[in-house]
Amino acid sequence: MALPLEQYLRVAKMPHIWCPGCGHGIVLQAIVRAIHELGIDTEKTVIVSGIGCSARAPGYLHFDTLHTTHGRAIAFATGIKLAKPELNVIVITGDGDAAAIGGNHLIHAARRNLDITVICFNNNIYGMTSGQYSPLTPQGSYATTSPYGMLEKPFDLCNLVMGAGGTFAARSTTYHARQLTNVIKEAISHKGFAFVDALSQCPTYFGRRNKLRTPLDMMNWFKDRAVPVNAWEKLSPEEREDKFPIGVLKKTQATELTEVYKELIQQLQQRGGE
Amino acid sequence: MAAEQKRVAMTGNEAVAHCMRQIDPDVVAAYPITPQTDIVQYFSTFVSNGQVKTEFVTVESEHSAMSATLGASMAGARAMTATSSQGLALMWEVLHITSSYRAPVVMPVVNRALSGPINIHCDHSDTMGSLTTGWIQLYSESAQEAYDNLIQAVRIAEHPDVLLPVMVCQDGFITSHGIENLNLLPDETVKQFVGEYKPEHYLLDLENPITVGPLALQDYYTEVKYQQAKAMENAKQVILDVAAEYEKISGRKYGFFEAYKLDDAERAIVVLSSTAGTAKAVVDSLRARGEKVGLLKPRVLRPFPAKELVDALSSVQAVAIMDRADTFSTAGGQLFVEIRSALYESDKRPLMKNYILGLGGRDTTTREITKVYSDLAAALEKGRVEELITHLDVRE
Ligand SMILES: Cc1ncc(C[n+]2csc(CCOP(=O)(O)OP(=O)(O)O)c2C)c(N)n1
Ligand code: SF4
Ligand SMILES: [Mg+2]
Repeated sequence: MALPLEQYLRVAKMPHIWCPGCGHGIVLQAIVRAIHELGIDTEKTVIVSGIGCSARAPGYLHFDTLHTTHGRAIAFATGIKLAKPELNVIVITGDGDAAAIGGNHLIHAARRNLDITVICFNNNIYGMTSGQYSPLTPQGSYATTSPYGMLEKPFDLCNLVMGAGGTFAARSTTYHARQLTNVIKEAISHKGFAFVDALSQCPTYFGRRNKLRTPLDMMNWFKDRAVPVNAWEKLSPEEREDKFPIGVLKKTQATELTEVYKELIQQLQQRGGE
Repeated sequence: MAAEQKRVAMTGNEAVAHCMRQIDPDVVAAYPITPQTDIVQYFSTFVSNGQVKTEFVTVESEHSAMSATLGASMAGARAMTATSSQGLALMWEVLHITSSYRAPVVMPVVNRALSGPINIHCDHSDTMGSLTTGWIQLYSESAQEAYDNLIQAVRIAEHPDVLLPVMVCQDGFITSHGIENLNLLPDETVKQFVGEYKPEHYLLDLENPITVGPLALQDYYTEVKYQQAKAMENAKQVILDVAAEYEKISGRKYGFFEAYKLDDAERAIVVLSSTAGTAKAVVDSLRARGEKVGLLKPRVLRPFPAKELVDALSSVQAVAIMDRADTFSTAGGQLFVEIRSALYESDKRPLMKNYILGLGGRDTTTREITKVYSDLAAALEKGRVEELITHLDVRE
């Protein structure tokens, strides 16, 4: 399906700020394509972001957009969704934004099963501030703040969200752009908290330091390590080493916050009327 | 005698990082934010190269950076962090805890406009927003001053009559990323000047257990705040004493402010940090035409040197106070309000005017500053100020 980009992008804002070979443009394209293919009402869609290279994406999107502060996008989005539950609320965030400075908001939105979609442009690094390690930097990888290799164990964001009570979690990568679009479509359509871990490459600050010299090397790195979730289920712990599952990892139904909130208000109003 | 100094070309951030290397604090906990990131970035290479003994702590936000720094300080360490803008805003809660726990933390701040809209360039909204947090604040015009102020800050903070945290501010990008020539003291001289930190009370002193920050309500809270105010009062003398001592090793003179061609000036501008450099050039060219103009550049905003400022401005007939941040009170910027209030005690109050300028990195040129001096001349001629608060260089 041809994508009428002018309909979705603020063309006047081009050229964008991203470096040549940055994966963030591919993730943005997947989001736009997902929205286009779903045919959802763009007038009823709000896109919220925090701060980072990733968080610049809404600046290019011809929607109602809100560019907030570092780490707080989900908190702002919670307010929007509770005030106007009929809106589609999509949060664009980075791995630092979502899991470091703003980690608290992520787990609580998941726990509440708030009906928003969070798409994490996960490049395993703080891109915007020139390459400090993030809570998603793999062990042993180099960053400006891990000159001898990352010591700490990273998060698995999908596991974190699932463990906290989120009802939808999926992962894909910029190499698997078509699948990425599909999981974003499913995430947006899902009723309840939906999280997409979108692996994206930062050639400038991650690749160059980690012997992945070109953006293509980085995408091949995704290709070689990503395992479709069905195949992943059958792998032994040894076989899973250095690999990660892609696809929809969890999709269940549970009570959703804005709905139970509405019910409570109705109950209390009825009681008040009696 | 002044020590042999090395002339180097460095950015403000590099100068500050080298200064931190020379201070060699026990702990640095920090989180990256533009335009401060460089400082900690350079410093972290000194750590990984083994040039300092510092424990370097990476954290997940500035709130944690300030908390970890304070924790280290309470444990008895010399502890530092650095930040800008939103980072300082996120630290706000812990800024108060730090000053009230009387922790002599020293923090370089690279001034950057607060969001929103998001902006990465210089104004002073970040540190102006923390004037009431109980921190001492020193402002720097140049990389040299940022370097000199940081060394002195350690001594001021740790002085037993003070024991308060200190922020050392420089202008984002203009100073932090601009390269200039400056003099570095020898490592050994700095080391001797700052000395070893020997706290009297600290948590890891297992022989003398203490508790820090327990509940104090109507019974003691007031006394704690009074003691903080007293310490701030004491800081005034300590700042001058440390400056005098620093002059001996560096040959560079510091006080509460710099008075530039102010002695016989009829008209003066009061302006902080890098804009003062631009304004000095204007003073020089107006002086060459025989105009009696001068400049006052505050260095210390906390404690506020009210009496000294009044004395310094006593001969001036018209003053423009330049604020690189608004308070939105509609009664003027913070510098204006405080200096105007101080001048209430003066017998000869000059005409005063406030300018809000340079927001979010907007450049202030010599042309605009020349205009400010001619506005003052016009006010003197009329004998009154027509517009009390002017937003400089703004589209309406
Ligand atoms: C309170 C606060 N602290 C620090 C920053 C500086 N900062 C901007 S973006 C960023 C990291 C972004 O990393 P990530 O979320 O992974 O996004 P990426 O740039 O990699 O897409 C940081 C630390 C800020 N804007 N606000
Ligand atoms: S720094 Fe990295 S994440 Fe940011 S635009 Fe460049 S490649 Fe992309
Ligand atoms: Mg990132």
